[in-house]
Amino acid sequence: MGVIRYLRDIWRGAVSLARGMRRTLYYFLRPKEIITQQYPDNRLTLNLPERFKGEVVMPHNENNEHRCTGCQACELACPNGSLKVIYKYEITAEGKKKKAIDKLVYHLELCTMCNLCIEACPSDAIKMAQTFEHSVFDRSQLIKILNKPGSKIMEGVE
Amino acid sequence: MWSFQQAAQQIHEWLSERMSAGWALALEMVLAGLMAIGLFAMLGLILVLMERKVSARMQVRLGPNRVGPKGMLQTAADTLKLLLKEGLTPDGADKWLFHAAPIMAIVVSMLLLAPIAFAMDFQLWDVNIGVLYVSAMSSLMVISILMAGWASNSKYSLLGAMRSGAQIVSYELSAGLSVLTVVTLTGSLQISEIIRSQADGWWIFKGHVPVWIAFVIFIIAITAETNRAPFDLAEAESELTAGFHTEYSGIKFALFFLAEYINVFVLCGIGATLFLGGPMPFHIGSWEGLNRIMDWIPSSVWFFGKTFLLIFVIMWFRWTFPRLRIDQLLNLEWKYLLPLGMVNVLLAALIAIKGWHF
Repeated sequence: MGVIRYLRDIWRGAVSLARGMRRTLYYFLRPKEIITQQYPDNRLTLNLPERFKGEVVMPHNENNEHRCTGCQACELACPNGSLKVIYKYEITAEGKKKKAIDKLVYHLELCTMCNLCIEACPSDAIKMAQTFEHSVFDRSQLIKILNKPGSKIMEGVE
Repeated sequence: MWSFQQAAQQIHEWLSERMSAGWALALEMVLAGLMAIGLFAMLGLILVLMERKVSARMQVRLGPNRVGPKGMLQTAADTLKLLLKEGLTPDGADKWLFHAAPIMAIVVSMLLLAPIAFAMDFQLWDVNIGVLYVSAMSSLMVISILMAGWASNSKYSLLGAMRSGAQIVSYELSAGLSVLTVVTLTGSLQISEIIRSQADGWWIFKGHVPVWIAFVIFIIAITAETNRAPFDLAEAESELTAGFHTEYSGIKFALFFLAEYINVFVLCGIGATLFLGGPMPFHIGSWEGLNRIMDWIPSSVWFFGKTFLLIFVIMWFRWTFPRLRIDQLLNLEWKYLLPLGMVNVLLAALIAIKGWHF
């Protein structure tokens, strides 16, 4: 039945084209769906998506404590060596040696925001921040030390 | 009530009182030419802005919004920029053809404007073969594209031009056949006659099934004839940089750009005239109140409203569908649109003979 198949092909084609056109018309009629942000104008009322990845930061609590154990998982996970854990050994109260970070060096100029370090971290010590205005005049300012000076590991984080 | 037809009549009388008939005619021709050029410039600005705004909305963007209120002056600024740019002629180009091609393009668009009725009884040239004239002139568009492609001495341009040739030669047929459907029902090729035949209802309502099919085929065919996406193989920026106008810059590029939009406008105007009644208002049978209100809206508003509706549909195509390959393009024409169009003309002839239309 060549003719029937021929007409059915035309019908199917028309229906599938109409489906596409309905989708574009849907967006045409709904200006609220527009996702463009007029960036320099709305700088104070930015509305970034939840999972926007700006840079790697290490959150500290009010006692200047972080959750990093210095396990180097992030350093191993990083595909281009943006993270470097410089660790030291501390003597605990029981007289044992325990690994701890001295510095967590983060090279923003190398980072591709791939999120692998955050996924690798077993103790949720680092996360992605929503900041994105990173331009500086001197390249060396892009090398950041994530742990604040004088900070130490939080109680109970192993 | 004020109308284009009355204004033209008054100007004609005013001129006839003051000078001989020959001079009056000459002056009227100059006036008409100036108005055509003015319309060209306005349409260029408006349609490009409309295209950008429509595409932005369909792609969930904002579109131009910096120059002037809501970006209204963006195209004016762009035009100014294009006028100031250097017009480059490539080495090894066929100089004469290279310079003639954009002029040819714009002249063809201007010629197309002649038989269009912009309002009731307001036409430059009411020739008795108006529809035939339009289809003849619109197939001349390809000549300027072939000239540009050949003269540029560039492989991108030549490829684009050759594709455009194959495309327009094929789609001309189904455009002609779908126009023929309405001509069969009307029994005339004259634009004013076709408009008058729709006083008691547009052909899209009166002619039912064959006219619906013809309308769809016509819209597809003019999208292809004006080289717009999804049939923009002649330009195909992702394959051929810019196709036939790759080597053009500045004002010559602007002329090609303008000609494309004018062609869209003119062919949509023809579509509106043939299928949607042109300047005829929308009437529903015996609803006196509604018909009175519809009559009160000027006929020029009706014409431009319908034309811009069709232009919107064509833009809607462009920002929805991906580009066809050349074999798919020719398949669509020769295996689907042309047989359908032929059967459709026979159906329309049957309906016209039997008087089954309303």
